[in-house]
This record gives sequence, structure tokens and C-alpha cells, in this order.
Amino acid sequence: MKLPESILRPVKLIRGGIHLEHQKNTAECETLVMPAPKTVYIPLSQHIGAPANPVVKKGDTVFVGTLIGEAGGFVSAPVHSSVSGTVTDIKDLTIGNGTLQKYIIIESDGKMEADPELKPFSVESFSDLAEAAKQCGLVGLGGAGFPTHVKLSPSKDVKIDTLVINAAECEPYITSDYRECVEGLNDVIEGVYLIKQKLGIEKVVIGVENNKPRAIELLMQVAADHRDNDDNVKIMKLPSKYPQGAEKVIIYSATGRKLPAGKLPSDVGCIVMNVTSVATLYRFITTGMPLVAKRITVDGTAVAEPKNLIAPIGTPIKEILSFVGVDVQNADRILMGGPMMGNPVVSDESVLEKRNNAILVMYDAKPQPQTACIRCGRCADTCPMSLYPAMVDTALRLGDKENLNSLNINYCMECGCCSYVCPAKRPLTQVMRTAKAEIRRQK
Amino acid sequence: MSKLLKVTSSPHIRHVDSTRGIMFDVIVALLPAAIWGCILFGLRAVIMLAVTIVTAVASEFVWNIVLKKEQTIGDLSAVLTGLLLGMNLSSQTPFWIAAIGSVVAIIVVKQMFGGLGFNFANPAMTARIVLLVSFAGQMSSYVSPIEWWSSGAVDAIATATPLAKESSYTLRELFFGMHSGAIGETSAFLLIIGGLYLMLRRVIKPIIPVAFIGTVAIASLIAGTDLKLALFGGGLMLGAIFMATDYVTTPTTNLGKLIFGVGCGLITFVIRYFGALPEGVSYAILLMNILTPHINRLTLSKPFGAEEVAKS
Repeated sequence: MKLPESILRPVKLIRGGIHLEHQKNTAECETLVMPAPKTVYIPLSQHIGAPANPVVKKGDTVFVGTLIGEAGGFVSAPVHSSVSGTVTDIKDLTIGNGTLQKYIIIESDGKMEADPELKPFSVESFSDLAEAAKQCGLVGLGGAGFPTHVKLSPSKDVKIDTLVINAAECEPYITSDYRECVEGLNDVIEGVYLIKQKLGIEKVVIGVENNKPRAIELLMQVAADHRDNDDNVKIMKLPSKYPQGAEKVIIYSATGRKLPAGKLPSDVGCIVMNVTSVATLYRFITTGMPLVAKRITVDGTAVAEPKNLIAPIGTPIKEILSFVGVDVQNADRILMGGPMMGNPVVSDESVLEKRNNAILVMYDAKPQPQTACIRCGRCADTCPMSLYPAMVDTALRLGDKENLNSLNINYCMECGCCSYVCPAKRPLTQVMRTAKAEIRRQK
Repeated sequence: MSKLLKVTSSPHIRHVDSTRGIMFDVIVALLPAAIWGCILFGLRAVIMLAVTIVTAVASEFVWNIVLKKEQTIGDLSAVLTGLLLGMNLSSQTPFWIAAIGSVVAIIVVKQMFGGLGFNFANPAMTARIVLLVSFAGQMSSYVSPIEWWSSGAVDAIATATPLAKESSYTLRELFFGMHSGAIGETSAFLLIIGGLYLMLRRVIKPIIPVAFIGTVAIASLIAGTDLKLALFGGGLMLGAIFMATDYVTTPTTNLGKLIFGVGCGLITFVIRYFGALPEGVSYAILLMNILTPHINRLTLSKPFGAEEVAKS
């Protein structure tokens, strides 16, 4: 084996951001496979964009990987059955975030039989790759849930020179991407080379935060093994500073380019993909098995024995938690994702979706009283986008539309740093969301 | 039906720092200089601080009761205002005047403008200025610190602060605070220690104090006045480290802080050098407080990537 080439340093570092306790308690927990649940509830909208349209009906027999919902538009993604069994119902439920969503309910026969029609996907050309991502039902697995095939179909007149693989995993607790790097190392690296080759991208930067030295080491070794063919896949060691894994932040670190608000990464010559998305795409191409199960970290202050596990999409959270041995009765909240950007669910009847990478069961910390803003400026100091959340707070409260419009609220990526640092405990991130909605309403 | 969980907007974790915690840190940072002042100036100083703190807290308490507002004395900001005001007064100030100062600070300067976070000028300092112009005579009676020690006399000989007259204090006496002055302003050493503590705890940034003190030092060197008196003889340390770094009334941007600090330094020097007053720190900070909203507006930075938009 050749010696791995020296590691890349970030080209530029964004200002602001915060240091969080990493809480990567599950880093060395090998992924367990969750047994087939009795019933899965598969949401037709697990992505940004139009919901999928069901292509099965009540009583149909399905297998693991059978298409049950086709993409409802260009910005949309198909969904597949995650168990083998029978479709028992297709109906609207409020079990997710409290709003009505369409679900396909499948009763499992317990056999987890793969669809016999699944076969490897052959990728010949540039456009085949996007088609593969689409048929895989792949969405951004870092949490955003943006349909991957849209990302992989950049318009012909933009030149993409850098593929950024996001393995930063900057949220506390979550280790599912890290486990992908360790357990799915081959899929990751093969996937990276495949995408690089098919899209004809010169350079690949795999960004990993420096709190995951083992992932960095493993990735460097496999990259070194491939150096005979291609020497342009580099590992970049990123500082462990939240939100290092945010798209704009990691592009800036990897290339020094600033992605303005409202622009796509391709506008600055980049495609950014989550490391698990890459591995999932590669597995689909080699086996034909679409995205039907997801690796997640189960952790949080109310979890005694945190674990990593792979569960079928649509598995009720209740069953996942009872498999891990978590009692929800005393807990205050369940978050899908990390503590900074994760979405809370109304009850443990919610189900696992494609874009989820963690389930955190939390006790609430002792609440501290909210006071008036003391203008300490910490929100502005930590904002990676150089915004002024406290000023937005004031402008919104006073109904000062002119000021609200001048504060560049559309740059906000809702990373949560402002709320986190605010000593007056003002809900600044929520204020930013409200302000965005207010500006949309005015237009 | 399974248990309903709490659903709130992200983020779901918060840093431990709180408004109360920050106020507490500033109080802790002031304590060494306050205690030193009490040792220097005796029982009158202790009572003075007690009067200003109790009156400040009581004023805020009563205001909230009368106006049926949520009680806010728990955030410790009134305690801090009272302490700062007391430290800015001579131990010879009549107690009733000190009490009026606290009422003015809390009711007029702070609460009438909307309470914590909404006042445009530093309450303690503005109250001091109000007292200074209202009770000029009683306010400028100072005492030499050692008098009461050696003679035991409470009604010590009135004297002027080092800045007010040609004095023969040594650098050492000035730096460690063995001279006359307001209760909390004499020991530059202890005030600097307090400032370093606040910087270490990341409560304040060094920009304003360094710019403020630096500007006064440079101006004093150029004008050829006594540097040690300019730096340690008056209220510069207390003002630059604790009053000019008040979050509410000073700019939030780094460039704004620099402008604020330099502005304070220049005005202080101009008042001391050209004016009829021996001391100019309070007026300098008050004038710059008034400019703060404008400085803030002029020094806002562009959001990430905005220059790219402008280019294309």
C-alpha cells in the first residue's frame, strides 16, 4: 500500500459557529439490524417537493424494494416498500409533525423477501446516474431530503469542477454517517469514484470533522489504494465546529467559494452529497435495492443505552425505541435528527423516514427565564451568515417592515446558533423563521 | 392514544449563559475594586454602596409593581447599576443624594425608556452626571484615603482628586489606588484584574477598553500631559472597562466598538485638556452612547456571499 497523501486543510473557514459537546456516544456502536416490524406506515412525502403518487392499491402483495409510489414531479422522489407483505390501506394520518400526510400501510409477512425483479442498474452515461438516483428514491440523507437526481442533473452550461462529499456530521449525538464510513467504507469510496467518473468531475473533497479520526484514517487508506487510477480524491479534515456540515459552510471550507442566498451549489461549480447518500446510490447500482432502510443513531438524554441500528423506512418510532429499550413515558420530547436542527414529533407513533439519521429522546433541561434582549451581540457574532438576529427580533416585534426587508433574512439557514448562544433565552431562530414567513406573506 | 410530546422550534439545546449570569459576572469583576474602595474610605463607603444598591433594586421593584409588570429584579441588572453608581461617587457624597442617583438611574434612565435593553444611555453613569450638575458642591468633595486610617477621623480633610490639582502621587500610588477619588475608581490594578476576568469569561471583548485607554494615552503623550495621571488618576479605568462595555448602550459590531472606544478616548481628552472640568470620562461615554445606534447602522457587515451577488 502506498502511503496516504497528506490530508487537506480547509481552504477557508467561515466566521461564527459554535462549539458544542460532541456527545458521540455511539461512535463505536456497531450497527444492529432491527427485525421486521409487523406493520410499516410509509409516508408518500419524505422529501422536499411534490409528494409521490401511490401505484399500489389495498390488497396488493409487495416485496422489499417494490415501487409503491412514483415521483409526483421533477422535484419529487419515488417510494418503495420496506417489507414484504400486503398493502392494507392508503390513507391520511397526522402521526408525523401533526399535519395530514398520506401513508401507505403495509402489513409485513415477516419474511423480508426482496422483490425478485430487482436487478443491478447499469450506468453508462452522465444522465444514467441521475436516473439511478431517481429510481433508488434517493433524497439528501444529511437531513434536508432534497431529491438527489435533481442535484445530479446540473444544466449543461454550468461547469462542475468539485464534488464535495459531506461526512462532517457536525450535530451532536449523531454517528450514522460515521458508521457508514466505517461499515460501508467500500460502498462510499466506490460510489465516490463512480459519480466522479460519470459526471466528469475533476476533484473530490471528502470533508470529515476532526472528531472522527478513525473515519479520516480509513478514508485516506482506501483513497490511497485507488491512487493508481485517480489521484484527485482528497480527504479534508474540518474543525469540529457547528454548523461545519451545512452546505454553504462545507463548500466554503472545501473550495473557498461563497454560495450566495438563493443559488445552488452548481452555480459555484460544486455538487455536495452526503456520504450515506453516496453509499446508498452505489448499493442501488450494484444490487438494484432502492432506499428502503436507514441507519440511525438512537440516543439522547433519556436513553440509557444508545445504539446505532438499521430499520425499515416506515417503522413506527415506538417499535424502534422498544427495541433499544427506551421508556418514553418520562421523556419530554423526541427529535428526528440532531438537537440543533432536528424536528420534534408529536408522539412516538411517528415513523422513520428516509431523511432521518437519528432519533433523540430528550429530557428538558431546566428552563431559564427569558429576558429582554441585552444587546450582547452574541447572536450576530456566531451567525455563520453574518446576520443580525436580534435586530430581526426587534423589527418583527415592532412590525418595522422596511427594516425587516433590509436585514437579509433570506440568507438564514436556520442552523440555530443564535438561539443557542442567546443569554436572554430569546427564540431567535424561530424569530428568523417567522420573519421569513412574514416577508413571503407581504409579497 | 400514546403520550403527547413537547414540540418546539429548533434548536433544542441552549448554552448555559444567561442574562443573570452575565450580570453576576460583571458584579464579581467589580467586587475587588469595590472592596478596596471600602477599605480605603471606610464605613461611609460601605454604607454608600449599600444605599445605592438597595435604592436601585427597590426602585425597579416598585416600578414593576406600580406598572403591573413582570418582576425583573432577579436578573441582577439593578444590583449592577446600583453598585456601579456607588463606585462612581465620592465617599463624602450625602447618602440622600446617592439615593436620588439610584432612583434617577433606574426610573428615569432605564425604566422610562422601556427597561433592560432599551435604555439609550448607561443608567449609572447618566445618573452620576445628573447628580454632578444638580449638586455640584456636595458631589466634588473628596477625601484622602489614608486620613481616616491614621487619625480615625470620619470627617476627614476634603481634598481634590489627583486630576483636579497638581499632585505629587507616584505611579505606584496611582496604579494601586492609594489616592483620593470616587469609591471604586482608585485602583487601576484591581479594575484591570476585573476587566481581564470579564474577557476571560468572554463577557466583554477587549476592543472598547483598549481603544478607549489607548486613545487617551496617545493623546496625552502628544499633548505632553502627565501620562500616569491621565491613565490612573481619574475614572478612566472604571469607565473604559465597565461603563463603556455596557452591552445595551454601546455598538454590537466590532468596527463599531473600535469607533466607540476611540471616540470616547478623544472626547475624554478634549474635555480634560481644553475644558473647565477636571474629568471627562462620563461625558465622553454619554455622548458616544447617543451615537451608538448610528455607529451600529453604519458598521453592519454584509451577509455571507452578498459580495458575490453584487459582482455578478
